[in-house]
Amino acid sequence: MQVTLRQLAPWIAGAALIALPFVHRDPYHLHIFVLILIWSFAYTSWSMMGRFGLVSLGHGGFMGVGAYVTALLWNHLGLSPWFGIPISLVCAGFLAVIVGYPCFRFRITGHYFVLVTLALSGIVLQVITASRDWTGGSLGFSPNRIKGNSIAVLQFEDKTTWYLIALGVWAVGLLIWRHVDRSMDRYALEAISEDEDAAAAAGVNVTWEKLKITVLSALMTAFAGALYTQYQMFITPDTVSGIAISLQMVFAVIVGGVYVALGPTVGAIITILLAEFLRIGFGTKAVGWDNLIYGVLLVLFIIFLPKGILGSAIEKFRARRPSG
Amino acid sequence: MLAVEGLVKRFGGFTAVNNVSFKVEQGEILGLIGPNGSGKSTIFNLLSGTLPPSAGSIKFAGREIGGLAPHRIINGGIGRTFQIPRPFRRLSLFENVALAGYFGQGRHSLAKANEAAERALAMVGLPVDRHATVDGLGAAGLKKLELAKALATGPKLLLADESLGGLDESEMDQAALMLRRIRDETGITIIWVEHIMGVLMRVVDRVMVLDHGEKIAEGLPHEVSANPRVIEVYLGTDAEATQAAAATRRAV
Repeated sequence: MQVTLRQLAPWIAGAALIALPFVHRDPYHLHIFVLILIWSFAYTSWSMMGRFGLVSLGHGGFMGVGAYVTALLWNHLGLSPWFGIPISLVCAGFLAVIVGYPCFRFRITGHYFVLVTLALSGIVLQVITASRDWTGGSLGFSPNRIKGNSIAVLQFEDKTTWYLIALGVWAVGLLIWRHVDRSMDRYALEAISEDEDAAAAAGVNVTWEKLKITVLSALMTAFAGALYTQYQMFITPDTVSGIAISLQMVFAVIVGGVYVALGPTVGAIITILLAEFLRIGFGTKAVGWDNLIYGVLLVLFIIFLPKGILGSAIEKFRARRPSG
Repeated sequence: MLAVEGLVKRFGGFTAVNNVSFKVEQGEILGLIGPNGSGKSTIFNLLSGTLPPSAGSIKFAGREIGGLAPHRIINGGIGRTFQIPRPFRRLSLFENVALAGYFGQGRHSLAKANEAAERALAMVGLPVDRHATVDGLGAAGLKKLELAKALATGPKLLLADESLGGLDESEMDQAALMLRRIRDETGITIIWVEHIMGVLMRVVDRVMVLDHGEKIAEGLPHEVSANPRVIEVYLGTDAEATQAAAATRRAV
């Protein structure tokens, strides 16, 4: 009975999540759910490489590329997101190779890797802000609206459609996570994260393995950026790119749990609810408070709960029932 | 099968390996000895691609491999162990070896990797248990794991950096006999690095002695241990022990 329940649980949860917008139609709540799902996907993308000790602060850059390239191609060239998103992914993948390959080839690891990726975030933010004639600079950018709903240009007015799209993307993110988790590449990356020379002596092509997971992570993150753009229909450099977004990803994943599939999702729920709570409770007085709280919590989590909320909870649960 | 010509490795102004040449024949066990810092491990790092040589050539099965990336050399049929065991503690014991079986043999198939892992674990005498962890292993077990990882990559030439320090006498003997058994059963050619002379001399076919990065002697074990230069630079004042060791060997 126990085994069947465990096997059924994901299907039951999935059915419940699909049914939700048809039962509960409150647009504000649906809006929060969509945000949580999109950011969960973005955070999962980050943890694809973050879980192997490849800590990147450059993911704000990848997200910004996904968001802005898609939106710019639509407004300036009239190119549908169906083409714009793949092009933006190619750009993000290219950027990931440009930054990743030299780092991995010449063994820039640990703190130095973090610093290189941090520069990437900063550069993308600067480029978006500086080319204000096309991007609107720091005032933000709105993709041109068409009337009504259109699959051809990925614009939908109702929240239910967006909720289902975001749910599907989030689920695909988890499937990719699981696919990597069950592959031999995971063994290789775990080995690399411990000892690159020993991994190479086992026959692992260290540079190639790291590059693959980095590009995958970058593509997913850029896709999250594009999706966010299509949903919000308004982006600013600070909401989809830059160091603040990169740090937010690291924070959310560490709070949720970097080594478990649903950890980033738990992180997204916490960060978004916290931000909404501050916005509603304190309004404009609390602008920037969420970042302050993130910082304090981040320090506390790294010291006291390094496996994150979900990671620690699962560990406790398993320890109590060693047979399970 | 391995031909090394004029191999040089410099670290800045320091020459760790200076113009070393040697050959290894198919199926033999070559002992590589020398005091600490004589360049043994550096030669291993050059042969396995962990470091690029500064000059010289390394030909393996007729192909130049000097300066190739390590995974290409491993996939080409050389396996290596590290002097200080470097297990992957985030993986299980079996996964450690299966990883080497998969990536060390050109990523063919999972079934083949698992099979190679099972064979390698059985050969070194570790449990073929998928749930065993690395944490339960002692010094001798970790050295066996190193060996199993190297064997799982399917080598034709095994570079065994087997400094047996940290093992007791019977464990040393077992480790030495295991290398010989691996050679006898699989036909794998072995270069064995060690700085304790006694055990090694009983197992190897030939010995090469290094000092300060240079080859100072090469030959059969009893020739080398009688070589006055070896006694002087390698054994120092420990000449009596050498003679005793030589005497035991003659008795065998």
